[in-house]
Amino acid sequence: MKRAIPVALLVLAAFAGGSARRHEISVAMAASHAVYFADHGAAPRATPAADEPNEVVIDNFAFGPAEFDVAPGTQVVWINRDDEPHTVVSADAKPLFQSPPLDTNEKFAFVFKQPGRYPYFCSIHPRMRGVIVVR
Amino acid sequence: MDGDARHPSRRKLLKCMTAAGAGTLWLVSGGVPRAFRLGLGGEALAAMPAGGFSFLQISDTHIGFHGEANPDSGVTLQQAVAMIGQLPQPPAMILHTGDVSHTSKEEQFAAAQDILNGAGPDIHYVPGEHDTIGDNGAAFFARFVKSPNTGGWYSFDQGGVHFVALVNVLNLKADGQGELGHAQLEWLEKDLRAKSASTPIVVYAHMPLWPVYPAWGWGTGDAPKAIAYLKRFGSVTVLNGHIHQVVQKVEGNITFHTALSTAYPQPAPGQGGGPGPLKLPPEQLPAALGIRSLDYQPGQRGPAIADRSLAT
Repeated sequence: MKRAIPVALLVLAAFAGGSARRHEISVAMAASHAVYFADHGAAPRATPAADEPNEVVIDNFAFGPAEFDVAPGTQVVWINRDDEPHTVVSADAKPLFQSPPLDTNEKFAFVFKQPGRYPYFCSIHPRMRGVIVVR
Repeated sequence: MDGDARHPSRRKLLKCMTAAGAGTLWLVSGGVPRAFRLGLGGEALAAMPAGGFSFLQISDTHIGFHGEANPDSGVTLQQAVAMIGQLPQPPAMILHTGDVSHTSKEEQFAAAQDILNGAGPDIHYVPGEHDTIGDNGAAFFARFVKSPNTGGWYSFDQGGVHFVALVNVLNLKADGQGELGHAQLEWLEKDLRAKSASTPIVVYAHMPLWPVYPAWGWGTGDAPKAIAYLKRFGSVTVLNGHIHQVVQKVEGNITFHTALSTAYPQPAPGQGGGPGPLKLPPEQLPAALGIRSLDYQPGQRGPAIADRSLAT
């Protein structure tokens, strides 16, 4: 099975929760296309080039794809398609990345520089887990 | 909702029958099941006012939620507050069992507080997991809870009843269930030790303190330890929110009640793909939202409980 999914222009505007510290991140990226391949009915896995937009979709209390392969230097963008807010928090004792609450259709982005496995979860619904594999 | 109250599911019917056997009278009125605890000949409550003592539970107001399931959770909260003003017996106080806000934003907390303060009585809060995102509840506690305990839990006495506020939405475990933690359990044991077994107890926390549906995180992993401390009391009422529907259970002298939301309903346990907001036709929404009144009367062991939907 082969299929191609276009990825559209990504504009990120994220707000940090809480009272005192509040910041705004705004990232605009050029429109381009990433191609997703899957073999023999396996879940779609991405192996796009480093400077293309890469998106993990949060839908029905799950990260999709749950395991996502990217090249070093890739910016991964998460988008929440649920009616329920979610977060994206790396599963380290001191989180490498931690999103503010993402309401419906809000996005969060993080650039993965070093090769490795980066497990993460939703701190509101910790059953929701995913991993970014950088290689 | 846990099925249509006018056509209760087998699950609900069985729950009601269990409750009936334990001395609770169930009436379904206006599409809402109401549980009335029968007087079991228990002792008179010495510290209880002669006219009884009434309070309210309000839950899951989710200010900041604007979705298909409810275009404006502020409007429905205002309707709930207006209902409070029309109750036959004014409540002595209100318990809010969490998810005051939808995404822990300061402006959501402020808007919720503005509307809720319009109800009049004092409000005692516990946080939901939507209130503690990103800051472990710091902004929530600063605004809503004056607790001497660093974890935000507390207790107080009013109308002859001992109220215990527990926090089970911090440091959530990988299974997604609530967590009380060692320090809070230790505090609870000490707090209850000073009370006589005839003191009516109300425990309130956001996530259910029994496993309603662990696959969706609808439970609290270490709640059995807390329940063990409560078993010696003659009347224990456990109030929770989180699941946006009324589910009740009786275990000895302990009754467990989850509450309606004022913002949006959620599906019955395990129904549909997940626990997201349940979208109903707009005309059905008011019947799926509501508040709860609890009324202690001298001579009755537990409170009479009435779930009042916004449609009543």
